[in-house]
Amino acid sequence: MQNPTIVYVPRDSAARSVGADEVAAALQQASEQGEFAIEVVRNGSRGALWLEPLVEVVTEQGRIGYGPVTADDVPGLLAAGLLTGGDHPLRLGRVDQLPWLARQNRVTFARVGVIDPLSPEDYVAHGGLRGLRAALALDPADVVAQVTESGLRGRGGAGFPAGIKWKTVLECQGEGADLKFICCNADEGDSGTFADRMVMEGDPFLLIEGMAIAAHAVGASEGYIYLRSEYPDAIATMNAAIEIAHGQGWLGKGVLGSTLDFDLRVRVGAGAYICGEETSMLDSLEGKRGMVRAKPPIPAIEGLFGKPTVVNNVLTLTTVPVVLADGPKAYQDLGVGRSRGTQVFQLGGNIKRGGIVETAFGITLRELIEDYGGGTLSGRPVRTAQVGGPLGAYLPVEQFDLPMDYEAFAEAGAMLGHGGVVVFDDSVDMAAQARFAMEFCAEESCGKCTPCRVGAVRGVEVIDRIVAGTHRDENLALLEDLCDLMTDGSLCAMGGLTPMPVRSALAHFPDDFLGGRKLLDITPVHRTEGTA
Amino acid sequence: MTTSGTDVSVESVVRRAAAAHRAERGALLPVLHAVQAELGCVPQEAIPVLADEFNLSRADVHGVVTFYHDFRREPAGRSTVRICRAEACQALGANRLVSYAREAGTPVGETSADGAVTVEQVFCLGNCALGPSVEVDGRLHGRVSPERLGALLNGTV
Ligand SMILES: Cc1cc2nc3c(=O)[nH]c(=O)nc-3n(C[C@H](O)[C@H](O)[C@H](O)COP(=O)(O)O)c2cc1C
Ligand code: FES
Repeated sequence: MQNPTIVYVPRDSAARSVGADEVAAALQQASEQGEFAIEVVRNGSRGALWLEPLVEVVTEQGRIGYGPVTADDVPGLLAAGLLTGGDHPLRLGRVDQLPWLARQNRVTFARVGVIDPLSPEDYVAHGGLRGLRAALALDPADVVAQVTESGLRGRGGAGFPAGIKWKTVLECQGEGADLKFICCNADEGDSGTFADRMVMEGDPFLLIEGMAIAAHAVGASEGYIYLRSEYPDAIATMNAAIEIAHGQGWLGKGVLGSTLDFDLRVRVGAGAYICGEETSMLDSLEGKRGMVRAKPPIPAIEGLFGKPTVVNNVLTLTTVPVVLADGPKAYQDLGVGRSRGTQVFQLGGNIKRGGIVETAFGITLRELIEDYGGGTLSGRPVRTAQVGGPLGAYLPVEQFDLPMDYEAFAEAGAMLGHGGVVVFDDSVDMAAQARFAMEFCAEESCGKCTPCRVGAVRGVEVIDRIVAGTHRDENLALLEDLCDLMTDGSLCAMGGLTPMPVRSALAHFPDDFLGGRKLLDITPVHRTEGTA
Repeated sequence: MTTSGTDVSVESVVRRAAAAHRAERGALLPVLHAVQAELGCVPQEAIPVLADEFNLSRADVHGVVTFYHDFRREPAGRSTVRICRAEACQALGANRLVSYAREAGTPVGETSADGAVTVEQVFCLGNCALGPSVEVDGRLHGRVSPERLGALLNGTV
């Protein structure tokens, strides 16, 4: 029998959510029936999520894509010559030449969708471990210096320079610093964000490599990935990858033959949004309620179990190997102002072409939403986009020329956050969105500080009164006061930033708050289990 | 502690889970997940055993169990359907799914009378480009229309 043709069908959970498993099974079945020789490989997703399930066939002309494919399409595709890249209405051409993908600058996501995520051979063949090998050849302080020089800032939301955090942990010496930890924040609770999930499902060894580099750089011996329970596929993939990495000598005693000992574990969250806040995450990792800690002390000095701890987001840690492999200069050359390198933007909500757009900082929101995203899925006009998750601002179309840059966003009273962009069409009720922001805060507050715990509950009531037209002016003033209080008085950014979506909705869409109507029929968000 | 049949089995499940994670630091959450995976919930009888295993007060353990949305005090229905209600899914009509579930007799937070299905809300399943999203027993579904939710609730897909 001839060599089987390799056909890639993503195993990414977004692709699976629209039928990738059924497509893979149909191809497998066709192969087993003997008429076609097919080897199905389950890759990550390229991030062109509207094309999922996106099937790729390895041909002499490169990897030819077809999508979105359903299981029912499979017989017809095979008959049309799928295995040699034959013509078909679903044929997209060479995947790496799709304009949507070719225009991007895939740095962190370079391998996602390309390789078999759990194949160590694929990983190394596509440049994996170059960063770790380079790091292990350097003194820890030099690794930290390179990360600092690259300009890499934390991708979890706050944008704190990664190198500076690492330096603090490295410099913790002596008593109490016998044990240090690397904690990866994989809680990714923000609506509209899924890049952490996709890189963990699509290139898990990259996160392991990044964490091992961090361990070498600061002198840590143990690592944890705090991964939300809503991501069962990512949990399974990371656990499998950790086991494989141990077998390969990429983890454990003497990593890659060096003197570095590093152990890594996945810890599964339990459905509390606040546990994405780093100090709450540390308490949760210690087996406690996820209560936010007052800072100082900062986690870099007194973190997990009181030990010096690096806490970084998945995308921060998965970018580190690239910085070490290609040098800080190459990374630093990308971007604008103090936002260096690339950001992995995530387009979601009511958008025609949703997915991952990795590109240098500085691209405008309009380019993302219109050029990459193709406008709304519903076909109605875009009215607003919420950028940076549930604590981020709602921006009106008039502000879509803002460059995606931490400082430019901050100046506009918005935030870039984790790079999520959620698009809404003109049917959105902004008063309902503002109310939801307060409700979400009330529901997910850890309860430690009063401005957040009580303020959010009051916020819901006040918005209801404004919309109902009861003492409208007084209640608008009250809402302003409440927002000030939450911003200034909350212990962490949960309460501190909840006013951002509320105020932006109010500032840009005041008509939605005119009194005398009942709020849209939105079902109250009431708690089901737990209290976090 | 009583010695009723169920009590003994809860106790043995908890002790076994605790033993399996003995070498880990701060392992209460993994143990709670393991207990729930086996028993379908973290029952009240588990609390004193966990307190004993972790050298904590019962109040401490209770505080942890009740803090997290994931841990339930009573088992769910045979199947659990979670509807995403976060912003990206709102933008595509997640609220229609919530209404549909309510009209179908299983509002969010409740279990159907025959115990077949529990409906819950969740805030983001990481499928925000293919919403509205619904998860059924750990399996993600994208672009879920009310009709499809109906099929998921009936267990016909
Ligand atoms: C309410 C709240 C939720 C957060 N959720 C996350 C999250 O899910 N993932 C994340 O990486 N950071 C999250 N953060 C930010 C973390 O506190 C922290 O800044 C980050 O993990 C540090 O890593 P970085 O410097 O690599 O970004 C959250 C912060 C707040 C206030
Ligand atoms: S908002 Fe529903 S999956 Fe992210």
